[in-house]
Amino acid sequence: MRKATRGDALMEVLQAVKDPEIPDLSILELGMVNRVTEDGGEVKVELMPTFVGCPALDLISRDVRENLFRQEGVKEVEVKFVMDPPWTSDRITPEGREKLKGFGIAPPRDRGADPMDIVPECPYCGAGEGEVHNLFGPTACRSIFYCKNCRQPFEGMKPV
Amino acid sequence: MIMETADQAAQNPGCRRALAELLYQLADDELCLGHRDSEWLGLAPDIEGDVAFSSIAQDEVGHAVFYLGLLHELGEESPDRLAFFRKAEERKNAVLLEQPNGDWARTMVRHVLYDAFDDVRTEALVNSSYRPLARGVAKIRREEHYHLLQLKPWFIRLARAGGEARKRVERAVGEVWSEAGGFFSLGDEEEEMIRSGLIACGSEELARRWEMRVKPVFDEAGLTWPGLPPAPGKDGRRGEHTEDLTELIRTMSEVVVTDSAARW
Ligand SMILES: [Zn+2]
Repeated sequence: MRKATRGDALMEVLQAVKDPEIPDLSILELGMVNRVTEDGGEVKVELMPTFVGCPALDLISRDVRENLFRQEGVKEVEVKFVMDPPWTSDRITPEGREKLKGFGIAPPRDRGADPMDIVPECPYCGAGEGEVHNLFGPTACRSIFYCKNCRQPFEGMKPV
Repeated sequence: MIMETADQAAQNPGCRRALAELLYQLADDELCLGHRDSEWLGLAPDIEGDVAFSSIAQDEVGHAVFYLGLLHELGEESPDRLAFFRKAEERKNAVLLEQPNGDWARTMVRHVLYDAFDDVRTEALVNSSYRPLARGVAKIRREEHYHLLQLKPWFIRLARAGGEARKRVERAVGEVWSEAGGFFSLGDEEEEMIRSGLIACGSEELARRWEMRVKPVFDEAGLTWPGLPPAPGKDGRRGEHTEDLTELIRTMSEVVVTDSAARW
């Protein structure tokens, strides 16, 4: 077994920072963390916003700081949002995709050639033949679909 | 010359001035339209449209905050102060975007025309010499994709529905056309913007590319193409605005003006 490093410990801290709307899902599983570095107690975190105008960014940034400051030896924390690389929906980890499903939100699929070809599998029954009900949903990153198999609407992440 | 940071951009005063000008145009367009979009909340003709406009408004205002953040890095005031406390004559949005929404048809017409323009403009920015702008725009384009996908079908559906819907679309096109030319103006710094490589092309080329995007939508909607819109009476890029913008700023800044310590 590889020896756990300081970097691993800091990553574990970020695993405790959750999406404010989906309390099961961490920012690591969402694929929002680009880089974490530490130099003599100064921790720098680069996060990729899921959506540029996502209103949860301030909360997430605060949670990252608070959690890191609780670690021994951390004297300063800098949280920076970066656009390069851009966050894309395929950055969500396999664990993250499972947790989304558990929350009733279909994980995103790849965008097809037809821009409306974005319907994911139904998170309830797994059927693939749904339709787009509304491109927009309760948050900018989600759409609303309709499952023709279990005949109910469901939410899903937009492919971006 | 490629500029990675605000400090590098600031080394050439001419280039810095042109960059700030461009960022104000981008920010003010998105802020005005985002505010107007938010005015539909609870009032859109269907629940789906209502839900869509809450996200679209949030996206547009979020993009404005991103551009204002870049301005702040260049040494301008904080995004909140720039958004709420600049006077109308200091703002650089196209005049069409400060006007009230009007009815649903007019809202769809203006939005589709603007989104197509924003698509053309951001496309001309993805290789901008100012890298922080180029990167943000690449990300923003992924989000704007969904705005056109949502609104263009509305535009076409209303126009093809005939009757009252079509009459209103035709009226809206007539109304907005005299101001739509204001999108393409890049203001006084156009030459420097191009010389510094901040944007890939000038206003004439932007207008030409926009026509190539929008004309097919008019064809699909069965509408007669009115030809490229004329230069506008008031050029918002030069700080020329109407009473509508003063009113919009007053509404938008109502809370912060009433209680400057309010948090939201
Ligand atoms: Zn189902």
